[in-house]
Amino acid sequence: MLGIPMTTTVTTEAADEAPPARGLGIPTAWRPYLQVAPLTAVFVLFLVIPILTIVIVSFWDYDSVQVIPDFVLTNYQELLGSPVTWKIYLNTVKFTVLVWALTLLIGFIVAYFLAFHVQSVVWQTALFLVCTIPFWTSNIIRMISWIPFLGRNGLINQTLINLGIVDHPLEFLLFSDFSVVLAFVHLYTLFMVVPIFNSMMRIDRSLIEAARDAGASGWQILTNVIVPLSKSGIAIGSIFIVTLVMGDFITVRLMSGGQSASVGLMIANQISLLQYPAAAANAVVLLVIVLLMVAAMLRIVDIRKEL
Amino acid sequence: MHQAKRGLAFWCLAAFFVLFVLFLYGPISTILILSFQGPDGGLTFPMNGSSLHWFRNLTEQQAVGDFGGSFSRSAILGLIVMAITVVFSFAAGLAFRNRFRGAGAIFYLAIASLIVPSILVSLGIGLMFNILGLEPTWYSSALGAHLTWTLPFGLLIMFAVFNRFSPAYEEAARDLGATPWQSVRHVVLPIILPSLIGVGLFGFTLSYDEFARTLMTAGSFNTLPLEIYGMTTNVTTPVLYALGTTTTGLSFTVIVAALGTVLMLQRRRARR
Repeated sequence: MLGIPMTTTVTTEAADEAPPARGLGIPTAWRPYLQVAPLTAVFVLFLVIPILTIVIVSFWDYDSVQVIPDFVLTNYQELLGSPVTWKIYLNTVKFTVLVWALTLLIGFIVAYFLAFHVQSVVWQTALFLVCTIPFWTSNIIRMISWIPFLGRNGLINQTLINLGIVDHPLEFLLFSDFSVVLAFVHLYTLFMVVPIFNSMMRIDRSLIEAARDAGASGWQILTNVIVPLSKSGIAIGSIFIVTLVMGDFITVRLMSGGQSASVGLMIANQISLLQYPAAAANAVVLLVIVLLMVAAMLRIVDIRKEL
Repeated sequence: MHQAKRGLAFWCLAAFFVLFVLFLYGPISTILILSFQGPDGGLTFPMNGSSLHWFRNLTEQQAVGDFGGSFSRSAILGLIVMAITVVFSFAAGLAFRNRFRGAGAIFYLAIASLIVPSILVSLGIGLMFNILGLEPTWYSSALGAHLTWTLPFGLLIMFAVFNRFSPAYEEAARDLGATPWQSVRHVVLPIILPSLIGVGLFGFTLSYDEFARTLMTAGSFNTLPLEIYGMTTNVTTPVLYALGTTTTGLSFTVIVAALGTVLMLQRRRARR
C-alpha cells in the first residue's frame, strides 16, 4: 500500500513559502519527515505489515492442529467454490444496501433540517452535538439497549398486545434481519449526518436566494441546488457506511442471535476454529470488494478538498 | 439569510428530527431506567421495585467476568491512546503544512486505515504477533490496533484545523524573533488547543469502546467491551444494564468535560 505513487497529486496551500532555517539545529527540509514519522510508523507497523501478513497467510496450508507455511491456492478454491460463501457475501451486500439507503434518507433529512431550517447558530451547534454524542459511547451497549424494546416481552410487544393489535408477541422484532438492520441504522446514521451537514454548510446561501428569485419552488431548490452540492458529503458518508457494514460481525451476531450471517462473522468463526489461512483468504476477498466499492465512490469526491 | 417563515415544511422536518433524536436516545434511556430494577426484576419492563441492587452486584465478585480489572485496563488504554493520538496527529498536522515527498502516500495510508474493516486489522495484528512469537497484550497489540482507528480521525481533524489557520500569527511571532519551537509552543498550540481537546476526546472514547479491533489483539486479559460482550451471552440479569449505565455514564462525563473545556476556552478567548 505504501508503493502507491501518489506524491504528486497533493497540493498544499502556502507550501512554496518555506520558512527560513533556524533554531534546534534540524535542517528545515527534514522537519516534516520527523514530524510525520511517528504516525507513519504506527500505520506501517499496525496496518501495512498486518495486511501483508494476512495476504501471505492466505496462501498457507493448515490442518486441524497447526498452520503450515506453504504456497497453496486451496484456501481460495474452497472459499470461492462453496455456495455458502456466495450466499453469505450476498447477504452482507443485502444488509449494506438496505442500511445505506435508510441511513442516506434519514441522514440527509436530518442534515437538511439542521443546515437550512435551524436559523440560530447556537441551536444549530447544540442540535448537531445531540446527534453526534452517541458516536462517543459504546456500540455494544447501544445494541443491548434494544433488548427491552424488541424482545418477546419487550415494550413494543407489550404495547401491541395491550392495544389489542396482535394477540401473540411478534417474533421477528428481535434476533432477525429486521433487528440487525435497525441496529445498524441506529449505530451508523450519524456517519451520514455529519459529512452531509458539513457539505451543506459550505453551500453559498446566495445560490439559494438566486434560485428562489428565479422562481424555483422549495422542492426544486432541494433537488437542483442542494442535492448536487451535497454530493461529496453523501459520498463520504456512503464510504463510511459501506465499509462499516461490509466488515461488521458484532452487530450481526448480537442482533440476529445467530440467525443471520455476514462475511465478518464468517471470518470471526473461522478465527475461533483456528482456521487462520481460511480466515485470511476470506479477509483478502472482503478487502478487495470493499476497496473496489470505495474506489467507485471516490470517483465522486476528492476527500482532501472537503476538510 | 433573511428570516424565512416557518411553514409546514419546517414543522414536518422538526417532527422528523425529534423522532430521530428519540430513536437515538430512547433505547439507552430504557436500560438506564431498567438498571435500577429491584432485586427480583428482569431484563424487561415492568419495573419490579427499584433499588441499587444491580450496581452493588457489579462491585461484587462476579460468577463470570472481571468487571473491575477490565474497566481499569480499558480506562488506562484509553488514556494512553488519547495521549499518543493527540501528540502524533498534532506533529503530523504540522508536517502536512509543508510540501514533502510521500505526503500523498501517507494521507492515503490514513484513509486506508479508516476504511479497512476492523476485523482485518484485528486478524492481521493477531497473526503478525503469532508469527513473531510475541504474546498479544492489551498494552501492545491492542494499543496499536486502536491507534489505527483513532489516528486517522486525529489527522483529519488537524487537516481541517490547519486549512483554516492563518500563517500570519506565526509570521508575526517569527518577526518578533521567536524560534520555530517558541512559535509552536506559544502561538500555534494555544490557538488550536480546543481542537486538540477534540482529538483527545476521539482518542479516548473510540479506544474505550472499541470491540472489533481488540478481539484478536487483547491477549489473555479482556478490555471492558470484550467483557461486556462476554456478559451478553452469559448474563441474564439487569447487572448487564447496570454495567451499561455505568460505562455510558463515564463516556458522558468525558464528553461533557471535553466539550465544557472547549466552551470555556472559547468564552475566555472571546472576552479578551
